[in-house]
Amino acid sequence: MKAAEFKYERPGSLAEAFALLEDGDLDATPLAGGQSLVPMMNFRLAQPGMLVDLSALDEIKGISGDGGGLRIGAMTRYVDLAASALVAERAPLMAMALPHIAHAAIRNRGTIGGSVALADPAAEMPALLLALDAEITVQSSAGTKTHAAADFFLGMYETALQSGELVTAITVPAPAPDRRFAFYELARRHGDYAMAGVAVAASGAPGGVCSDYRVAFFSVSDRALRATAAEAALDGKVPMDGAEAAIAALGEIPFAGDLNAATATKQHLSGVVLKRALERV
Amino acid sequence: MHETRTISLTVNGETSTNAVPVRQNLVDFLRNTLGLTGSHVGCEHGVCGACTLEVNGAMVRGCLMLAVQADGAEITTVEGFADSGRGADLRQAFVDRNALQCGYCTPGMLASALEYVEGGGVADRSAIREHLSGNYCRCTGYQSIVDAVCDVIDGRARS
Ligand SMILES: Cc1cc2nc3c(=O)[nH]c(=O)nc-3n(C[C@H](O)[C@H](O)[C@H](O)COP(=O)(O)OP(=O)(O)OC[C@H]3O[C@@H](n4cnc5c(N)ncnc54)[C@H](O)[C@@H]3O)c2cc1C
Ligand code: FES
Ligand code: FES
Repeated sequence: MKAAEFKYERPGSLAEAFALLEDGDLDATPLAGGQSLVPMMNFRLAQPGMLVDLSALDEIKGISGDGGGLRIGAMTRYVDLAASALVAERAPLMAMALPHIAHAAIRNRGTIGGSVALADPAAEMPALLLALDAEITVQSSAGTKTHAAADFFLGMYETALQSGELVTAITVPAPAPDRRFAFYELARRHGDYAMAGVAVAASGAPGGVCSDYRVAFFSVSDRALRATAAEAALDGKVPMDGAEAAIAALGEIPFAGDLNAATATKQHLSGVVLKRALERV
Repeated sequence: MHETRTISLTVNGETSTNAVPVRQNLVDFLRNTLGLTGSHVGCEHGVCGACTLEVNGAMVRGCLMLAVQADGAEITTVEGFADSGRGADLRQAFVDRNALQCGYCTPGMLASALEYVEGGGVADRSAIREHLSGNYCRCTGYQSIVDAVCDVIDGRARS
């Protein structure tokens, strides 16, 4: 199908964008890479009055070092994250996961900010940000706010973002020198949304005991979420030695099925992906 | 009321300036306004890959980009690849290997395969399948398409 009628603006500055987004009469929606919004509009699941195309806002594009960490502008595309030496060095978890996010042609347009703002429960990026202890910066004409990723993803397509606000940046803290990461997902076909997936971070020497675990699942519930009981079960253990106890602790997750897999399947697959990720930490 | 915008862009080396409805997809503009029907339209939601074409050097979905977003862009479609000879070996390999039957997927498949070959992709069957995973083919079963891409990579390495 084709999208319904809408108006279109491509502001050159954040201030102009906010003026459009905050004008209630316009019913304006931000357009980033369009890789989720345009399909929704073509299906008429979304019928915004106006699209505010963010593509000219150079001020919210690009990757820079932030102390030992990273600051990633919301309009940075997946393809640029995948090509970045800085991302590979400071957020290797992202580098591991990026090839699994959609297909090359989608990654050439889709943005990190779009994925964060959309909060699709099956998307990889929100879980990565939880595992990385990342922060999400949002802005409006009233000013700037920063949310911990853990406080941002509230439910299916639901976030702490208020109407009129834009996600402008993602910041990832510097990883400790002994921080290690793993990522695993099960998808029916490469590039499809996963049936279940997990991102893991932990501190410790290779093959040794680890502490300060982060275990963040996606595509198993109504949002990306941390399995804190599993993290506690793993604490102070070699990853694989703690696997059984961690899997037993997954009952805390409010599993929810989708078109891809039923609730019971999601629960089963969560244990499978966690075990495979822990083998890779 | 259609809201329209005037856009100027270069398509297959030729510049054109047109008023486009802002709700029009890039692939519909190319097909319906410029008459470039080489790019196909299947699902209109990014899943099938039939509309894949090149915008400013990157392969993208023509159905998920608005024509108005292509203002100032340089676009190459399968017609442009044919005119310039770019990827001629790939097209020949598709013929030699029977990598197309109905041909519906072919323009998008060629675009994605060309991105892989030109990006320095290796003749590894599973890596090729991964790269082409966003392009559906309902006829060939993919084997012959992967054969064709491998042939081209091997051929380019020899020459
Ligand atoms: C075939 C296909 C397969 C896919 N597979 C996957 C997959 O496996 N994993 C995955 O994670 N994703 C997948 N995607 C989705 C893709 O990753 C999207 O690009 C991403 O979810 C949204 O990013 P975008 O930049 O395209 O955002 P858009 O589609 O432009 O926007 C998405 C939503 O976020 C809002 N928005 C965008 N940017 C901002 C901002 N800065 N501030 C506030 N609001 C904003 C928009 O208004 C809209 O509601 C797939 C898409 C397709 C078409
Ligand atoms: S028509 Fe664009 S991906 Fe199917
Ligand atoms: S040749 Fe028919 S869809 Fe691929």
